[in-house]
Amino acid sequence: MKKRVVSVLLVVMFTASIFAFAGCSTSGGSADVVKLGFIGPMTGDAAIYGSSAEEGAQLAVAEINAAGGIDGKNIELVAYDSKADQTEAINAYNRLRDQDGVVAVIGGTLSGETLAMKDIMVQDNMPVLSPTATAVEVTQDAPNVFRACFLDDYQGQAAANFAATTLGAKTAALLIGTGNPYSEGVSEAFKMAFTAKGGTIAGSESYGTADKDFSAQLTKIKEMNPDVVFVPDYVQTVGPILQKAKEMGITAKFVGADGWDGVQEEYADAAQGNYFTNHYAADSPSETVQNFITAYKAEYDKVPNSFAALGYDAVYTMVEAITAAGSTESADIITALKATDHAGVTGTLKFDEEGNPKDKEVTIIKIDGGQLKYDSTVVNK
Amino acid sequence: MNLFLQQLINGLNVGSIYALIAIGYTMVYGIIKLINFAHGEIMMFGAYFAFIAATSFHLPVWAVLLSSMVIMAIIGVAIEFIAYRPLRNAPRLSALITAIGVSLFLQNLALIIFKPDPKVMPKIFPETIYKLGEIEISSTTLITIGLSLFFMVLLDLYIRKTKQGRAMRAVSEDKDAAILMGINVNRTISLTFAVGSALGALGGVLYSVAYIQVYPTMGVMPGLKAFIAAVLGGIGIIPGAMLGGFIIGMVETMTKAYLSTTWADAIVFAILIIVLLFKPTGILGKNTREKV
Repeated sequence: MKKRVVSVLLVVMFTASIFAFAGCSTSGGSADVVKLGFIGPMTGDAAIYGSSAEEGAQLAVAEINAAGGIDGKNIELVAYDSKADQTEAINAYNRLRDQDGVVAVIGGTLSGETLAMKDIMVQDNMPVLSPTATAVEVTQDAPNVFRACFLDDYQGQAAANFAATTLGAKTAALLIGTGNPYSEGVSEAFKMAFTAKGGTIAGSESYGTADKDFSAQLTKIKEMNPDVVFVPDYVQTVGPILQKAKEMGITAKFVGADGWDGVQEEYADAAQGNYFTNHYAADSPSETVQNFITAYKAEYDKVPNSFAALGYDAVYTMVEAITAAGSTESADIITALKATDHAGVTGTLKFDEEGNPKDKEVTIIKIDGGQLKYDSTVVNK
Repeated sequence: MNLFLQQLINGLNVGSIYALIAIGYTMVYGIIKLINFAHGEIMMFGAYFAFIAATSFHLPVWAVLLSSMVIMAIIGVAIEFIAYRPLRNAPRLSALITAIGVSLFLQNLALIIFKPDPKVMPKIFPETIYKLGEIEISSTTLITIGLSLFFMVLLDLYIRKTKQGRAMRAVSEDKDAAILMGINVNRTISLTFAVGSALGALGGVLYSVAYIQVYPTMGVMPGLKAFIAAVLGGIGIIPGAMLGGFIIGMVETMTKAYLSTTWADAIVFAILIIVLLFKPTGILGKNTREKV
């Protein structure tokens, strides 16, 4: 009996001490540091997205601090792993708000986790800028939530404009992944914009999520003989499709969306000469882009992907807003965010009434010799 | 018409792979009345060994195929020895559940060893496109169909003409009588697993070359479809498995081409239900009355 009392006492003491230390870290030194929160998956299947965005964000923080921070105050980015899990994301957000006392949040990285946190964020009126969440609902009915990336339908339109105008395509065929909202959403926007430009949709074929055999669909597409084939999906699916199309001798140009990023690594031959829409190009002549790439390579020893670029831009945009607001009050930061006009790595960032990027440039990338080459820039009007 | 012929070739291509895998199901079922659900994973490991042989050791094509088939034959025998032999006289349900366990074990083992992201299978066959009038056939397709047919004919001769083949047929017909005739049943069953697994591995290599990816769950869908093919042709009957494989491949491709891609899998699985309802013994199966 005595033993049990002692152990209970010990547990109570430990718990109390944890809280005491946690209390210390919140109050201690917060006067001369501005804390920003970051939420994204850093372990698990989606780890590449969260960790890239965080690397970009940390790089921006280091640069801003080296240049004097916000009115002499250093910025600290507190990053938590969401594990691509909605509950984990909510826990991370609660910790950022209660324990770390952040003034604004960069995140979430994925659409699902961001939507899960959205209601609490709106209640708290926390200034939130998601670098990469593309689902339409993320910014709806949420005056405090913004995002740095363009939406799926926006890039679908851009791809259609590029195909119709730059490639001069008259007919297009679509190959759509059914049951994949990303593929379906981008395709729908492409279809509408391409027809609006006077083009004809020769036909659309589809495949299921687990399909690996695309020969029946591609045989039909070959028969349609379109000028372009639009295939918005992720690399693991696009690679085999392009490979099969090449084997079958389909000569039409293939066009895709930002899910293609990385296709040059393992499917260089199959993807040769095709195009996709993306957030930025690593070989863009722009000085902002080149400075970012040099700094990122020096820090992490690899070429940054779009997620890193968007994380980097999101931090700069948020810091600009905090500086312009001259305060760390949520309401002031949100007002300043609404007036954002930031020339970043991924283009010029301005927000519309909903908090989505307005007239953002979409970069067209061409795959050439196993490299991603900057081709052109499209702005939807 | 050309479009139809082209789709016919697509169907033959995938069908020949299903047929190869279906043979493994049907041989094992024929001899020990076990549905070896780990067969899809044998196919997957076969593809991985071919991938390693081609990328790390740069072996020539024949050596890639041969090494993968030999290694998988050995692994197939080992699986039978470790997991199924101790259950030889246990109820059939126990062996079936063990087979599912082996399947999950192998899948997760591959997940740990090779990681979940798909590897790109190098092009081990020469790449050219042959034109027959308006129809185009790639060399990969021709080699896939050719190799499958070659091994099926070889298997048929082996089963019908050799002593071991005769032993297999004898054990499959009546195990106890075979023992009385002096046939080494254990060795015959091991041999069946070896041949079935080698053909499964070949199917895996051809599948991964045709669809260029190798990943831990790649055996699940082709494995299930090959199982349906085996049931459709009449489980336990080798020519039935070949026929079933080609029919399933053809139905799948034609559904994708002329009906809807989203319905393709549903229709293939519906075939299983219809066969089980109306002719459970399959196309080539004979109705045998149970002796009471």
